[in-house]
Amino acid sequence: MSQELLEKMAQSIIDGDADLAAELARQAIAEGLDPLFVITNGYVPGINKVGEAFGAGEAFLPELVMAGEAMKAAVVVLEPELLRKGSERKTLGKVVMATVEGDIHEIGKSLVSTMLSAAGFTVYDMGVDNPSDKIIEKALEVDADIIGLSALLTTTMIRQKEVIDKLDARGLRKKIKVMVGGAPVTREWVQKIEADGYSEDAIGAVAVAKKLMGIEA
Amino acid sequence: MRPKLEFLPPTLIARILDEAFQLMQKPGIKVQSEEARQLLAAAGADVDETTQVVRIPEKVVRAALETVPSEFYLYDRNGRPTVHYGGDDVHFDPGSSAVHILDPETGKHRPSETRDLARLVKVAETLSQYDAQSTAVLCNDVAKEIGDLFRLYVVLMLSEKPIVTGAFSLTTLDAMIDMLALFAGGRKELAEKPQAVFDVCPSPPLIWSSFGAGNLIALARASVPAEIVSMPLAGAGAPVTLIGSIVQHAAECLSGITIHQLANPGAPIVWGGAPAIFDMRKGGTPMGAIETAMLDAGYAQVGKSLNLPTHGYLGATDSKVVDMQAGLESGMTALVGALAGINMISGAGMLDFLACQSTEKLAIDAEIIGMCKRLLEGIQVRTDTLATGLFEGIDFKADFLKQKITRQLFAVEQYLPSPIIDRDSIRGWQDSGSLDTLARAQARVNDLVSKYRRPAIALRHEQDLVKFVTDLARQAGMKTLPALEETPS
Repeated sequence: MSQELLEKMAQSIIDGDADLAAELARQAIAEGLDPLFVITNGYVPGINKVGEAFGAGEAFLPELVMAGEAMKAAVVVLEPELLRKGSERKTLGKVVMATVEGDIHEIGKSLVSTMLSAAGFTVYDMGVDNPSDKIIEKALEVDADIIGLSALLTTTMIRQKEVIDKLDARGLRKKIKVMVGGAPVTREWVQKIEADGYSEDAIGAVAVAKKLMGIEA
Repeated sequence: MRPKLEFLPPTLIARILDEAFQLMQKPGIKVQSEEARQLLAAAGADVDETTQVVRIPEKVVRAALETVPSEFYLYDRNGRPTVHYGGDDVHFDPGSSAVHILDPETGKHRPSETRDLARLVKVAETLSQYDAQSTAVLCNDVAKEIGDLFRLYVVLMLSEKPIVTGAFSLTTLDAMIDMLALFAGGRKELAEKPQAVFDVCPSPPLIWSSFGAGNLIALARASVPAEIVSMPLAGAGAPVTLIGSIVQHAAECLSGITIHQLANPGAPIVWGGAPAIFDMRKGGTPMGAIETAMLDAGYAQVGKSLNLPTHGYLGATDSKVVDMQAGLESGMTALVGALAGINMISGAGMLDFLACQSTEKLAIDAEIIGMCKRLLEGIQVRTDTLATGLFEGIDFKADFLKQKITRQLFAVEQYLPSPIIDRDSIRGWQDSGSLDTLARAQARVNDLVSKYRRPAIALRHEQDLVKFVTDLARQAGMKTLPALEETPS
């Protein structure tokens, strides 16, 4: 196992270089390296480093997001090989992320998605304007642990409650946790709709998701 | 296009200069230095030895304006030109010569000491927003006779940045020039690459004291840059109108430059000041008043019309604590100074009419300066197309965060503030202790002080400097020099 290659992988993530990250992943496959091993020992140390620097205020969102994108590019290349070998990347949990119906605001939700996948969650990002039933169907389809609901408008916030009520009616609340976010979301609102967790920002969302999965932050 | 603030149309600048020239003839300038009067008389000025009043003809002043340099550099200790006095370049340094420090532990104003100056210098050294150091506070634990040179000693021991300083006696000035020459390799070398500029103050209205004029002459002969700090107080020591005070400022500066250039034509000198309006309720000299900032911007424009380097005293507050008044006055006046293109803006860290320095405020003011400097860079074109090219692959998604160009350019497009500026979410802010600006500044200062490393200093220079100052301290009755490092109590 080439230590040099692993270091290059980490650096490609730190530099946010998706092309290089994917190229190194192809190289690893060509050399017959175990995909899970290179993810864990090559790419993950890179994303961790960026995450730590971001937490310390030394790195910024573009660097974090680009690192997440580079990570994604590498995993896309390695995934078929993972499946072929019958091994699966250990995930912290499966999260369906969606902006609720009638709301087209995306940036905050996408940031949370990026942060969650960078942290090791498997994220299914449904984009914007998603009807409540569609979100629940997606969650059942992928066997999600968490649904993350974003709403930027006080008028669409009510849809967060709708999803929770519908999960309740179908007896799914124990199985699927709900975390909510968005500018108008307050602690009081969260209590009122009985959501399982909420965060003011993307970094906090990772801690909340980990907590919901029973993982020590 | 760089944003610029100008108050005076060319016709008004011409009137200001015209009236300043008139003032230099009638009533004239009171020059209390015999040597300066002799220089002026020899150049053709009309001197009355009984009243010490000198009537300076315009042509004598114009001749001085022919020889005065339009720009010069201050060098850091390693000989790098780091401060450009000239054009519209803008630099900042901490306010100087405060008598009090805002005690970081008690929050009280108390007489400042060596340890306080050391802490201020360390913080200013680590903050890139400060282009120069200043001899920021008096050291009350040191004999008064050596106070000025001791402050320079502290700065030289802990910093390699250029220095804005000053002396309150001619023998001290001489000693301070010698101290700087130690590092430059001699007085001639210091003149070629000056590391410091010395403030020189006329006495309003229209007086050059024996000491002030003597200072000008000594600095000119040493070819060490002088900075005129003219202080018209609009409504008390100067006419109540801003424009009237700007005329007085011009007359004081022009007469000072004339004395200076007669002593040594071509020596560098700065068109500077620390004016203020006079507060009609309390009788104070508010440095945070918007009109004070307008005075600075106004006289700077006059100086620029004469192609002279400029200085001003802004970014300070009259508040006694680091509060919202401190923030708004410091921010607004610093911004006015920056937009006016003043080459050196002194005043950061200052509270209470320039009487009190605060290291914490100095760290906060660095953020103001960072923002001012960003503003001066203006709105720039950094990409081939302004936007169309950046929309490739966007497909109506808010995905600009994922673009390489975002990563490449965000840090030049945006000034990235330190954690003193709170842009956290409410949760993040609460989680980090719900700190206000001052508390965040305290944390930052502690962090900066702990990360501070003394710049390299040649051992022989340090030994020479310590010996030089120790000898003078002994003559002043002190047994030892106070320590520069804080000892744990």
